[in-house]
Parts: sequence; structure tokens; C-alpha cells
Amino acid sequence: MKTHQTATGSAYFIDSVKQEINTHTLAVVAENQPGVLARIIGLFAGRGYNIDSLTVSETEHEKHVSRFTIVTSGTEKVVAQIKAQLDRMVLVHSVADLTLQGNFMARELAMVKVSGEGDKRVEALRLADAFRARVIDASTESFVFELTGKPDKIDQFISLMVPLGLVEVARTGVAAISRGPEGMKG
Amino acid sequence: MATAENEMMTGAEMVLRALADHGVKHVFGYPGGAVLPIYDEFFQQEKVKHILVRHEQGATHMAEGYARSTGKCGVALATSGPGATNCVTGLTDAMLDSIPMVLITGQVPTHLIGSDAFQECDTVGITRPCTKQNWLVKDVNDLARILHEAFYVAMTGRPGPVVVDIPKDVQFATGKYIGPEGIIVKSYQPKTQPEESAIAAAVALIAGAKKPLFYTGGGVINSGDKASALLREFVHITGIPITSTLMGLGAYPASGPEWLGMLGMHGTYEANMAMHDCDVMINVGARFDDRITGRLDAFAPNSKKIHIDIDPSSINKVVRVAVPVIADVAAALEAMIALWKQNKNKLDQDALNTWKKQIAEWKSVDCLKYRRNKDVIMPQYAIERLYALTKDMDTYITTEVGQHQMWAAQFYRFEKPNRWMTSGGLGTMGYGLPAAVGVQAAHPKSLVIDIAGDASVQMTMQEFSTAIQYKLPIKIFILNNQYMGMVRQWQQLLHGNRMSESYSEALPDFVKLAEAYGGVGFRCDKPDELDGMIKQMIDSPHPVLFDCRVANLANCFPMIPSGKAHNEMLLGENVTDEQVGTAIDAKGKQLV
Repeated sequence: MKTHQTATGSAYFIDSVKQEINTHTLAVVAENQPGVLARIIGLFAGRGYNIDSLTVSETEHEKHVSRFTIVTSGTEKVVAQIKAQLDRMVLVHSVADLTLQGNFMARELAMVKVSGEGDKRVEALRLADAFRARVIDASTESFVFELTGKPDKIDQFISLMVPLGLVEVARTGVAAISRGPEGMKG
Repeated sequence: MATAENEMMTGAEMVLRALADHGVKHVFGYPGGAVLPIYDEFFQQEKVKHILVRHEQGATHMAEGYARSTGKCGVALATSGPGATNCVTGLTDAMLDSIPMVLITGQVPTHLIGSDAFQECDTVGITRPCTKQNWLVKDVNDLARILHEAFYVAMTGRPGPVVVDIPKDVQFATGKYIGPEGIIVKSYQPKTQPEESAIAAAVALIAGAKKPLFYTGGGVINSGDKASALLREFVHITGIPITSTLMGLGAYPASGPEWLGMLGMHGTYEANMAMHDCDVMINVGARFDDRITGRLDAFAPNSKKIHIDIDPSSINKVVRVAVPVIADVAAALEAMIALWKQNKNKLDQDALNTWKKQIAEWKSVDCLKYRRNKDVIMPQYAIERLYALTKDMDTYITTEVGQHQMWAAQFYRFEKPNRWMTSGGLGTMGYGLPAAVGVQAAHPKSLVIDIAGDASVQMTMQEFSTAIQYKLPIKIFILNNQYMGMVRQWQQLLHGNRMSESYSEALPDFVKLAEAYGGVGFRCDKPDELDGMIKQMIDSPHPVLFDCRVANLANCFPMIPSGKAHNEMLLGENVTDEQVGTAIDAKGKQLV
């Protein structure tokens, strides 16, 4: 059993030991009731945790259940606390650390508005095709592309669009699910 | 309980009905526009007694005192807006000390919510971080279920405060009442039974220990009488020494053979040294609070730790442990005792004796020793006498926050759980007086004493009026040193003795104040008169303010200074004669 003493924050002791910070994707299933989102966000704000991305939607209407996908970052200890703090919430059914369980998929949807003429317009369309983005709106001097994929793929597409006349971007944040036949393990 | 299927009634009636169905006998509250329908129902029934407070914060602390001394859920009631915001301190206090409390607040009618109406505030928003759960009830047909869920959540798992916010139109509306039977919150069913493997690992670790130590906390009290009984049994059959946090005092009797006294910042030398040197630490329902651990990288450096806690988020939050046991304290102790007996485990007696010999040496330092004085009442002496004169009575003690609280914890010896009500986590000055009112309401025949400080007691002094109104004969024993003593002590230790704003200037005459309220006041400034006056206080059938004038500049020792480890305690005898001398001189001046 592990008995290693890890120094942590305290009123009397400022932690000088630097620990590795990792990104974790958490799936949280909760009652779809007023205040649940506020309570979860309040937990992160009040205890100083990071939210890199947060998405939520009702997933089972009859059961009044919502699913949150939260991308957060912190040391191993902080992430363990985040999970325990989420799990003890009265309206939270279960919390799964997809990063720790491994083998999961994360996807995000983005809408990207690009304005330009001539070669830049052609180039934007060509790149969109390469990224399998769909044109969902077009005018003589603009496109709106719809793109789904991993967050880094979307980042890459957006950076390519910058010199071609990027106007604005709307992103949904990450939704994530594990591979294979099993449902969510709390 | 009466079945109530399909019974139609108003929201306000439902509130009273639900309170009665949950066996609530007392509600501490204050009326206002948004709760008038509920107050109208109070007027028309006799099952639930309403106690009118003077400030809503008082209502929350009374509910806390009531809950802590009975093991039941405390209930408070406040109106919208300022009524609700005044409750925030009590809710936060209950959150940090895990006290079950249901607060019912009125709200402006649903159609006015969000319009900045008169006495409107976002009660659920404001109270979200200081409650386990809260609800804004928008439909009267949800009200009964939510009230039952509120009691369930407050009392289940790690207890805590909840808020039910009821708009005025919902109180007037008529709907269907359902009874409390079988109502739970599906998403909230905390694990209370321990894993067998965790119990086995814990027992094996204890069995191999050479310098074991129990470190117990408020979780033992919250778990109930059975947990205290099991703790006593486990200590008895193993012979392991035991210390406790401030919140856990009374779970193991102070007269017990293995008792080391409280640990932590103002804990005993022997308890803290034993914590530092132990090889197996058995944390039972405590949470490694910073007042306990001191410097974390030097906290019990050579120990393996077992941590029994009902809240998984307490595990490894501050201190990493070898064996976590996530369970209700009573269930965990029961399983551990059963396995200990089944295995016929016995500790290495030679090692245990060596360990106890070491502890006896630490004890011989006599860390609570203080300089006695025949002219001036030392605060420690005042508590010692108060204890000596009340220990054989049916006594409950509450405190405010500060030096007097620590002296009470050090010098008042508790034999039973639920007899000690103090604000540990939040450290709320002004907790003790209203808490005493709540305790006395629950135990009308008992002796209820608030050991107070001259500064703290003024924060909720108006609740003395509540005690008068309901003939609740609480005794407020003020250790009056004319300072915010703990602030002054820290200023002396840390800020070059510059006593910035810590002198209690313009103190009221507490005797006259008591009389102004219709109570009884005593003042004592001579050690040889103290016993007689304490007896008079005890014998008084009325609420009492006892102004006990104590040495002004006494410091609370022993102490683990900030940033230090358990084995670096500052003992009282390290303090120079000069300092004690000036304390007495200054006191002398004050008395003349």
C-alpha cells in the first residue's frame, strides 16, 4: 500500500513541490433539475479548479437525466478531489474519469465563418473539403463551415482559416464517450 | 405516521404537516411578509412549537445546538431577502461542522421572482455553496416531496444543512400532500457499510502496530451513541491510546484510562507528541483539519494511516492515507471489532507498554499547568471550578470562539457525546449563546452553560431576550478579559504585541444588561468568591449572564505556532514571568 506522504496546500505550508498537471475528461450523469449546472460550476469556481471545457444536455428525458462532459486539468490529487467532490453532490448519479479508464472518444462541433474573395475563397473551400467540413451557409463573399472532430483537429482548421479571412467561430465544447459495448462506469 | 395519500391542503399547511410527520418539536424562526401564511398555520396548531428569535442568525445556531445535542435534525424558518441572508453564517457553520439542519425560507411570489421585488433575493443562489442541497419550490404539488427530501438529505450520509425556498403564492396554493414514507433521493444514497477488504487491511495494520493511536473526530458524534459505545469498546479491548479533535470531545470519556486530551493547535503536549511519533494512526471520523495537522510535511511522518470517513471526498484530501475505510463510523467500528475478536488479535504488549511509558513521560510535562493567583481569577481556574461544580449534574456546554473556547476544551472534561456544542470549522463568534438556547429548548431540565468571551457574546447577545421569553434558563459564563483574547494573543505572538483594535473598549455592564433583559446578572472578580457565585448561578431558575472577570493578558497554551510541527509545541512555561507579571498588573489596574 502506498504510504508516501504528499505535501499539499495548507494554511501553514505553501506547497513548493511541483507536480505534474494533466488534462482529464470526466463524464458526469446528474438529475436534470434546476441548479445542478450552477452547483457544478460553483464547485469549480469556489474551490479553484480549472474548467477547460464543459458541455451539458439532457440525455434521457424520461429519467430526467443530464450528462455533463467536463474537461479539466490538475495534479493527480486535485483531479481525484474534483471527482470525489462531484460524486458526493446530492443530484449527481455517477462520475467517470474517461481519461483514466482510457479508450474513449472526444468530439466537438464548430461553426467557422470565413470571408474572402478570389484565391483565398477557393483555398478555404479546398481546405474545408480536406477536413470534411460542410458548407452550411454561403454568400458571394463568405462561407460558414460546419466541422466535427477532435478538439485539436478543430484548432488546426481554425488556424488555417486565419489567413484566409476568419471572421468568427462558435464551438460546442467537448462531448465524450467510451468505446466498446459497455455503458458508463461510475 | 399517518398516511396522507391524496390529502389536499395549502402549501403552508403542508409545511406544518411535514414538520409534524418528521417528529419536529421545535422550530426557531422569525416572521416576515413572505412567510406569513406559514406563521398563520403555526397559530392554528400545537404539535410544533415555534421559538421566536431576535435575529435569523440566532435561529440557525439554535437549530445547530438543538441538532448537536439531540442527534436530530434542527429546523429554522426565515422570511425572504434579509431573513434568508441573515442565515448564511449559520448555514456555513453547519456545513463545515456537518450539522443536520433544514432551513425553510419564504420567497416573493413566483410571478415576481427576478423582478427585484421588495425583500427579494436569490436565496438558492446565495445559499448554494453553503448547503448540501437547496430547492426553490415552484409548484405546490412538489412541496411535500421536496420537504421530505430535504430531511432525508440533511440526515443522510455526512449530515449538513439544506434550504427549501417557498414562494408566497406556493404557500397559499392548494395541492396534494404525500407522506414521508419511502421518500429518498435516488441519486444520493451514500455508502455506509465498509468494504470487507478495507476492514481486513485496517485490522491487520493495527494488529502489527507498536505505537498505535486513535485520532477521533466529530464523525463519531454524528454517527450516534452506538458509535461512541463501539469506540469505547475498541479502545478497551486493544488498549490503544486515544486523542480527539475539538468536535469529537465526549465520544470517549475524559476519565477513560487511554485518554490523552484534545490534540491540535491548542491540544495537549502528550496528544500532539503521540500523533507525531505514532506508527499507526487510526482516524475515526475526523478530517485532518489544518488546526490538527500543523505543518503537513512534518505531520506524523513515520505513521501509516487508517481513515474512517463517510464522505469519500475527505479521503486523501489533505493527508494521504494507507487504508481508507468509506463507511459510517459505527458500521466500520463494528466490523473492525468483530474481525479483531474473530482473529483473536492482540497487540505486541511489550511494544505497547514502551509506547505508554513514553506517553506517560510526555504527560508528566503537565502541559496545562498555569500560574495560579490568589488575587486574580485565572481563566483556566474559572473553567476548572465550573467543571468541578457541574460535573455531577446533567450538563451541556456550548462555547463561542476564541481563547475561552480552547480553555473550555482543555479544562472541561466530557464524559458523554452530544454534551459539547462548539463552532469548530467556521469558528463563528456568537455561536454559543443561541446554541445554548437551542440546547435548552431540547433539554428543558438540564443545565446548559455557554462558556463565552466578552467579545463573542456581544455578537448574538440579543438572543438572551429569546431565552427570557421562553423561560429557558441558560447560563452565560463570560470569561471577561476585556480583549478579543485570541486576536490579542496572536498579535502578541506575531505582531510585536501591537494590539490593533483587539481591546474591548466600552464593554457593557453585563450585570445591568442581564437585568435590563429581565434575567439575572452576576459579577465575580475574586478567586475565593468564585465557587459561591457559580453555585448561585447554577441554582438560579432564570437565564443568567455571569461576568467572570479574569486575568486580562493570559495566553492560551500549549500552542503549536503557525507553520510548526506537533513536536514543536510552545508550552505555557516558556512564557516569561515578565509577561505573566504584566498580565496581573494590568488586571489589577482594571479591577480597581
